[in-house]
Amino acid sequence: MDTSPSKKLVEMRDIVKSFPGVLANDHVNFTLYRGEIHALLGENGAGKTTLMNILYGLYRPDEGKILVRGKPVKIGSPADALHLGIGMVHQHFKLIPPHTVVENVILGLKSPRFKLDVGRAAHEISDLASRYGWKINPFARIWQLSAGEKQMVEILKVLYHGADILILDEPTSVLTPQETRGLFESLKKMREEGKGIVFITHKLEEVFAVGNRVTVMRKGRVVATMSMEKATREELARLMVGRPVLFRLEKESVEPGRPVLQLEDVHALGEKGVPALRGITLIVREREVLGIAGVTGNGQLELAEVATGLRKVTHGRVVVDGVDVTNKGPRAFIEKGIAYIPAERQREGLVIGMNVAENLVLRYYRYEPFSRRAVINWRMVDENAEKLVRKFEIVTPNVRETTRHLSGGNQQKVVVARELGGRPGGKTPRLVVAMYPTRGLDVGATEYVRKTLLRYREMGSAIFLVSEDLEEIFQLSDRIAVIFEGQIMGVVRPSETSYEEVGLMMAGAKRLEEIPA
Amino acid sequence: MGAEVVAVGVEWLGAFLSSTVQAGTVLLLAALGETYAERSGILNLGVEGMMIVGAAFSYLITLATGNDLLAILVAMGMATLLALIHAVISISFRLNQIVSGLAITLFGLGLSGYLTFPDVRVGILRAINPSLPMSMAYRQSTPKLPDISIPLLSQIPVIGPAFFRQNAIIYASYVLTVLLWWFLFKTRPGLNIRSVGENPAMADSLGINVYLIRYVATLLGGALAGLAGAFLFIGYQPFWVEGMTAGRGFVALALVIFAAWSPLRVMAGAYLFGGVEALQFRLQVLGYGTTAPQFLLMLPYVTTIIVLVALSYEMIRKKIGVPAALAIPYAREE
Ligand SMILES: Nc1ncnc2c1ncn2[C@@H]1O[C@H](COP(=O)(O)OP(=O)(O)OP(=O)(O)O)[C@@H](O)[C@H]1O
Ligand SMILES: [Mg+2]
Repeated sequence: MDTSPSKKLVEMRDIVKSFPGVLANDHVNFTLYRGEIHALLGENGAGKTTLMNILYGLYRPDEGKILVRGKPVKIGSPADALHLGIGMVHQHFKLIPPHTVVENVILGLKSPRFKLDVGRAAHEISDLASRYGWKINPFARIWQLSAGEKQMVEILKVLYHGADILILDEPTSVLTPQETRGLFESLKKMREEGKGIVFITHKLEEVFAVGNRVTVMRKGRVVATMSMEKATREELARLMVGRPVLFRLEKESVEPGRPVLQLEDVHALGEKGVPALRGITLIVREREVLGIAGVTGNGQLELAEVATGLRKVTHGRVVVDGVDVTNKGPRAFIEKGIAYIPAERQREGLVIGMNVAENLVLRYYRYEPFSRRAVINWRMVDENAEKLVRKFEIVTPNVRETTRHLSGGNQQKVVVARELGGRPGGKTPRLVVAMYPTRGLDVGATEYVRKTLLRYREMGSAIFLVSEDLEEIFQLSDRIAVIFEGQIMGVVRPSETSYEEVGLMMAGAKRLEEIPA
Repeated sequence: MGAEVVAVGVEWLGAFLSSTVQAGTVLLLAALGETYAERSGILNLGVEGMMIVGAAFSYLITLATGNDLLAILVAMGMATLLALIHAVISISFRLNQIVSGLAITLFGLGLSGYLTFPDVRVGILRAINPSLPMSMAYRQSTPKLPDISIPLLSQIPVIGPAFFRQNAIIYASYVLTVLLWWFLFKTRPGLNIRSVGENPAMADSLGINVYLIRYVATLLGGALAGLAGAFLFIGYQPFWVEGMTAGRGFVALALVIFAAWSPLRVMAGAYLFGGVEALQFRLQVLGYGTTAPQFLLMLPYVTTIIVLVALSYEMIRKKIGVPAALAIPYAREE
């Protein structure tokens, strides 16, 4: 890679940015060259998103200078940034769901001035997409798209605006492994075209797969910038967290107990009114992790919602601890001690405008000691919050901070902390339904959440884990059920199967004859 | 004998359709404006008040000057002024749009009643036109806008006269509907309006002037509500009655939802509701509901409620609808 000064696309010098109670960026220096993929690593709340928001004009730095292609610039808004060729894809999508792909992509462009030439724009977007090996219907509406496709639209939007400096904030956290591989191919192509790409992620293997250089941030500061050839996994993890990280989990072997959740021939409809679950029979027992593997969109979401009482079943039975709770509504499930970590933290997991303490009692606020006869005991709410913030290392100035102001990973931690640690009286949940529980978490927090899930398993909880990350599924599960088009293709033990076999079942290419409950 | 029955039937149908279009146009104009306001994120419950103020001024001006065009322009101007109050309150001061809108409706109803109160009215008319004879100043009605037949088109049986033997405002409403639809969905400013109503923060970040767009859309809504009021008086029922809008502003608001915020569907819905109103008149004329006329009069409102309930389910299912930022004030963060 050519790092001569003339190849500098962006140079950020001594950037300082503080929010009330937090120093988010503390004299940060960052350089991006033409034709490089620059990975940006760091713990949750380290200041990565803040730094990039500054480059994209969303925040103004308190101090520091920004040079783009060698010239000092003031970036007052994203419109300015786009003008300078800087585009950003955010951690949480910023698209307008009822509008079409084209409408989202061309929004904010200055030309043509009046009449939209949607046909031509659609054509150009399709061309642009195919250049990077993607396919997209420009007239589809955003709400009809999968997470991977939305991601694609966000990137297309930035490219269509003519950006050659791309900022991708945790783009892979919502992608399937296949989609991630596809994205990487496209990114490499963009790199060859001379674009500069900033790539934020928590997954070290991704840094090694596409990065040229890596910058590690910790508590608002840059602790190291190095080229990938010199980096090792252990070194990067140690720089990020400040201590060595174990990549291996100790998993005790315990004997599963009585069934906690039983699904019997469950059928349910999906969002669009079509059958999403077609005859699912599963059991999760005490002291057991049942992993659900599958490509997103094959019924995992509906399955998790059935298991938590959020979705009605059209046929079949749902039994919790021997009691039939079919279609009894979510509160019946909560009272049975079922916790739920949903897939989309901002939409389903949090009330983003409420503060951390409030979010941390959302599931149990109606029970003692958080409330008595419909009156909330705020002292208990705060105590609970203080305890969970400490335990799960949630980075926030105080428990009264609005959740919107937390970093993405710390928002996720709030959900996880409430679901895993929020049950009154310190009781463990009977059943944890966890969808992508470590999505957006840094290596340290990921390790902590996985350990907690395993500890609960040892203490008697049943764990129902939905994940796309096969590594996570294999590491944690006692049994793996593979779901394809709303049916279970087979239930296997991690020690008796392989990634390949599970992969074949996920694609619907293999189905086990005998499915043990 | 058979032929005669058919002829009577055709004539009845023709007259019914014609008054359907007229009744529908009142709703159409008001709802078109409100569609724009809501698409930009501003809910305007003041439509009713703006309409009645428009009707009152068109009454006063035509009476004083006999100039229809002037009457229409003044009506639109006054309603736009009320819309400006709503815009300042809800866009610049970011106060509750529902409260502001309802207050404007109450204010408009009161103001129109006051201005047309005989003694006050005479004073105003005299001020505008000192040579106006006293007997004129006490009139409740003025000549209706003349109908204009469009050659050829008005010859089409039944629908010809209904749609093409009408007055100028009705013709303008056809053009306006198509134009506003085209502008909203096919032009860049239209896309900007829709985006501002869905996600103002993002539109702002892309350099779109959220405040300007919301102001313009709200004022346009006011102007069209004023036009609807003017049409109600000089183009449809040129006989002044206090409170003559009779809740049509609220029917128009329902119509916007019914139409899922699309001008073309607004037109279809307006004629549907207009048809119900026309039907109610016809039934009255035929002598139905003489014992309890209230039930017939309820017809348009009952239809509104039924249609809305039926539709809400459909809209949730198809996820079309409410601009995400509707009635939510926007303030730039940081
Ligand atoms: N708008 C804001 N208001 C107040 N505090 C903020 C705001 N944005 C960020 N912060 C704070 O700044 C710090 C850095 O946040 P940032 O989002 O940059 O972290 P991050 O490195 O992107 O973390 P993650 O990996 O979890 O996304 C956090 O402590 C966060 O709470
Ligand atoms: Mg972040």
